[in-house]
Amino acid sequence: MRTAGVLVALAAALALQTTLAGLTIGSTTAVNLVLVAVIYAALAFGPVSGLLAGSVGGLAQDALAGGVIGVGGFSKTLVGFVIGLLGAQFIVAQTLPRLVMFLTGTIIHELCYQALYALVESRAFRMPWSATLIQAGVNALIGVFAFQIIEAGPGLVQRRRARGATLSRRNF
Amino acid sequence: MLEIPPRAPYRQRTGYLFLAVMVGHLILISAQVQSKAGVPVLEGVTFGVFSRIQTGVSGAFHGVTGTWSNYVALRGVRAENETLRQRLGDLEVRLQEQRALAGRAAQLESLLQLRESTTLPTLSAQVIAGNPNPGLLTVTIDRGSSDGVQPDMAVIAPKGVVGRVIGPVAGHASRVQLIIDRNAAIGAISERTRAGGMVVGVEGDPPLRMDLVSNLADIVVGDVIVASGVDGIFPKGFVIGTVERSERGKALYRDLTIRPAVGFSSLEEVLVVLVPARGAVPEEAPKPREAAK
Repeated sequence: MRTAGVLVALAAALALQTTLAGLTIGSTTAVNLVLVAVIYAALAFGPVSGLLAGSVGGLAQDALAGGVIGVGGFSKTLVGFVIGLLGAQFIVAQTLPRLVMFLTGTIIHELCYQALYALVESRAFRMPWSATLIQAGVNALIGVFAFQIIEAGPGLVQRRRARGATLSRRNF
Repeated sequence: MLEIPPRAPYRQRTGYLFLAVMVGHLILISAQVQSKAGVPVLEGVTFGVFSRIQTGVSGAFHGVTGTWSNYVALRGVRAENETLRQRLGDLEVRLQEQRALAGRAAQLESLLQLRESTTLPTLSAQVIAGNPNPGLLTVTIDRGSSDGVQPDMAVIAPKGVVGRVIGPVAGHASRVQLIIDRNAAIGAISERTRAGGMVVGVEGDPPLRMDLVSNLADIVVGDVIVASGVDGIFPKGFVIGTVERSERGKALYRDLTIRPAVGFSSLEEVLVVLVPARGAVPEEAPKPREAAK
């Protein structure tokens, strides 16, 4: 169930990401929804889920992006594993820690991604910090929002059901 | 009771999984990235690693086969070695025979050339025996009076003068006194300066000495000494040898030693010059009146 949920989340993130591909700042995409899904999986289910989600999501993203397949997978695997470990070590149930986790994960991902491409293309390493920070912020906001939605989802349904039952008793 | 082996801790398994996935990604990246040599990194690394493995496997294989062929498979080698050694000995004997035949053919060839180059009537002969008496250096040849050989006929070889026929001469054999015999003598001159003298055999090395050459004569080491022909036996101009030592003598004559041109230790084929010595008369039975005188 958990695996299926992660896979669905990844597929949805990928679908959205491909439609948002034109939304770029410089040469870096302003948001990376697949990365958000990976970090979410890592924070929610631990390092194993994080690294597997990162591997699958990264490979799929690489395959669709047309670059060197494996660079994104490697980076997202690393992020999923590291964030999963950090999430297991620290309490990240609050919004701020989650925000920090998304920011950290995005920066780690970009660092690794750019370093790998510099290695592969035999060029000097350069980091687009401004675009990275923007993407990190956007990712963090989306990730935190996603956490809120998902966590609030079941309770919201229960509350609505409960409210509906109260109204029925009042009327009848 | 069956004991279940303890499983690796969760964190450790996670680490292994992480490593495996990362390595998988690296391999995937390497397969797509080309090195500076134009070969995919994965291919290059794989080839490099596999070549090491191949080297190791090949070394091990050669070690095993070498052990097998050098030790295990050598059980019958001793007998084979013995057979081969015997065969090698036979072949060496045959080789020596062939070499001797070749040398003999070369000798015959040079003898034939000498025979064609000289205008003198000659008769080829083969040395069939050496000298049984150490005091006399003679050899026996397979030509005799029936072939026209007479005493005091000169015997020559391609390289130079050998000696002279000495009596008695048999029908199909004759004896030849070598010029290195201590009783032999031959009129000689220096080919370069024409300084004359007499070459005699001596016991020593070299076995020839040239006498009766004036101290004033110009003869140096390396000069070729040839027959002068004054003795009436040896044809003029045939090589006797070369001067090995030339020193001023105490008396009137120089001390000269000559290295013979002919190798007497390997004398096999010779030519008999069928020209009777000048002044020599056929051996006949002395007439009673002459005998009485």
